[in-house]
Amino acid sequence: MNSTNQNGPLLEVRNLSKHFGAVRALNDFSMAVRPGEVVALAGDNGAGKTTLIKAISGVFQPTGGEILLRGQPVTFATPQEAREKGIETIYQDLALADNLSIGANIFLGREPMRKAFGFLPVLDRKAMAEAAKQTMGRLDFHVSRLEAPVSNFSGGQRQAVAIGRAVYWDAQILIMDEPTAALGVPEQRKVISLIHQLKAQGRGVIFISHNLQDIFAVSDRIVVLRRGVQAGERKISETNHDEVVKLMVGG
Amino acid sequence: MTSTSPAQPAEKHVAPQADHGDPARSLVARIAEGRAWLFLAGLLICFEVWSRLAFGATFVLNPFNLQSIAIFAVAPLLLATGQTFVIISGGIDLSLGFIMGLAAVIAAHATNMAGAAIPLPLAMLAGILASVIVAGVPGVINGLLISRLRVPPFIGTLGMFGVARGAAFLLAGGTTVPVQNSWFALLGNGKFYGVPYLVLITAIFVIVMHYLLSQTRFGQHNYAIGANVQAARRAGIDIRGHILRLYVLSAMCAGLGGALYAARFTAGAAQAGEPLLLDSVAAVVIGGASLFGGSGTIFGTVAGALVIAVIQYGLVFVNVEPFWQFIAVGVVIIISVLIDQAQRRFSGARQDE
Repeated sequence: MNSTNQNGPLLEVRNLSKHFGAVRALNDFSMAVRPGEVVALAGDNGAGKTTLIKAISGVFQPTGGEILLRGQPVTFATPQEAREKGIETIYQDLALADNLSIGANIFLGREPMRKAFGFLPVLDRKAMAEAAKQTMGRLDFHVSRLEAPVSNFSGGQRQAVAIGRAVYWDAQILIMDEPTAALGVPEQRKVISLIHQLKAQGRGVIFISHNLQDIFAVSDRIVVLRRGVQAGERKISETNHDEVVKLMVGG
Repeated sequence: MTSTSPAQPAEKHVAPQADHGDPARSLVARIAEGRAWLFLAGLLICFEVWSRLAFGATFVLNPFNLQSIAIFAVAPLLLATGQTFVIISGGIDLSLGFIMGLAAVIAAHATNMAGAAIPLPLAMLAGILASVIVAGVPGVINGLLISRLRVPPFIGTLGMFGVARGAAFLLAGGTTVPVQNSWFALLGNGKFYGVPYLVLITAIFVIVMHYLLSQTRFGQHNYAIGANVQAARRAGIDIRGHILRLYVLSAMCAGLGGALYAARFTAGAAQAGEPLLLDSVAAVVIGGASLFGGSGTIFGTVAGALVIAVIQYGLVFVNVEPFWQFIAVGVVIIISVLIDQAQRRFSGARQDE
């Protein structure tokens, strides 16, 4: 399922810049994500994390530099294009339609159809529910009421649905913006375990968080941004909270 | 604090929580969803008892009563089907009443004009087609105002309410336009095995609209947009195109309502749909839709429209002063919304405070 070319990076960002007029939100920034790797992006507010992920996910066009997907340079005019190439962003405020089922959310905008009575096109709810069940099962998340609207589920479960949608559409790079921010502690742990699942499946994850504990629990590497430039990059196994904080605040 | 190694053993995964499959909650939700049918059943029982006590006659088992109620419900229901789509998407269409009036006038004029040139049955079809298509024009304008120019639906369609009203009265020359077409009159007043053609046409139309809302991508996207526009946009749904089609659809529903009105009274009148606009909103709300968007069904709206028709007809039948209708319908709307609120609070779903 994962077409990886010999441990080369799935995603590489080279000398990426994004300027808004005179403001250099992102300047000459480089990083890479390999298959099965979780890279944490840390930095103070306004350090350029959001600008970076928006450039990678096709929301902004970068001013300079390039993005390579499996070694091939790519440009995205819209977030849809990025998604079609396998880069999925999971937003902090969860892009779910609360009144629809898990299956309907997974397939939102590309619903499967079947022919009723041989001619009448209708939504294939059975296929949606089946896909939902399988996908959520792969994330170690088992639901019995597949037809229930997602508003019935908890924050962590909804986060799982958003991740499940990305997994179903075979996203290879998942960008997760503060996925644990709005959750209670048990739910945070659930999301952390979901990220481990994604990692085990060979996907690349860019994980943005303010919570160093979460970062250390889940990431392989940490990249610190400060005022639009890369302030440092460390392997998680070779660093500690203090060092990361120093990189973030520039102490 | 020590750093955790990146490769964590699988046993550390937290067991997934059970989903909240609380049977009591889903029972309440089901009752809340079907409340319009419960209202309807309750009302029919009330009128039956009242009628038997007061006149010793049956209310429900009298086919004439059922026919009259169904005919009563036709026009508000046609407006309300379109309104259902719009309200589910989180909008509202206030122009429907006068789009219906405009369509009724167009249907009358077009049928008469076509009748001079082509056979009467074809002239009738031409008249209906013309009225539905012309009704689509204010729908297109509504849709463009709301989707491209970001005019709030309430104001955009309120403006169109005035425009359609004026246009309808101008085209009608300030009076009603009689239709000279025996086929058209037959369509409006004839019956098929005791079922009026109007009711038959409306029933088929409603089933088609139910299909559109519940079984197609258009319907699915409509629910998604009503719940979370942002999510729908990120999922790649063409919001602008959808909103445009949506308001054209609702205007065309009103157009059909206008054509059937012209058939029933063999005349087109600009004020045909004037009292029906708020009835259509009421039918949708009684039918279980939320004005915040994201919920509602066509069959709920059917029940809502029937509730209103039963109240209106039933109170006349048991000889109560007609003004009580307004009070009764108003009370039902309020109770319906209270049930909706209570159910939201109970289910712990997203609330708009």
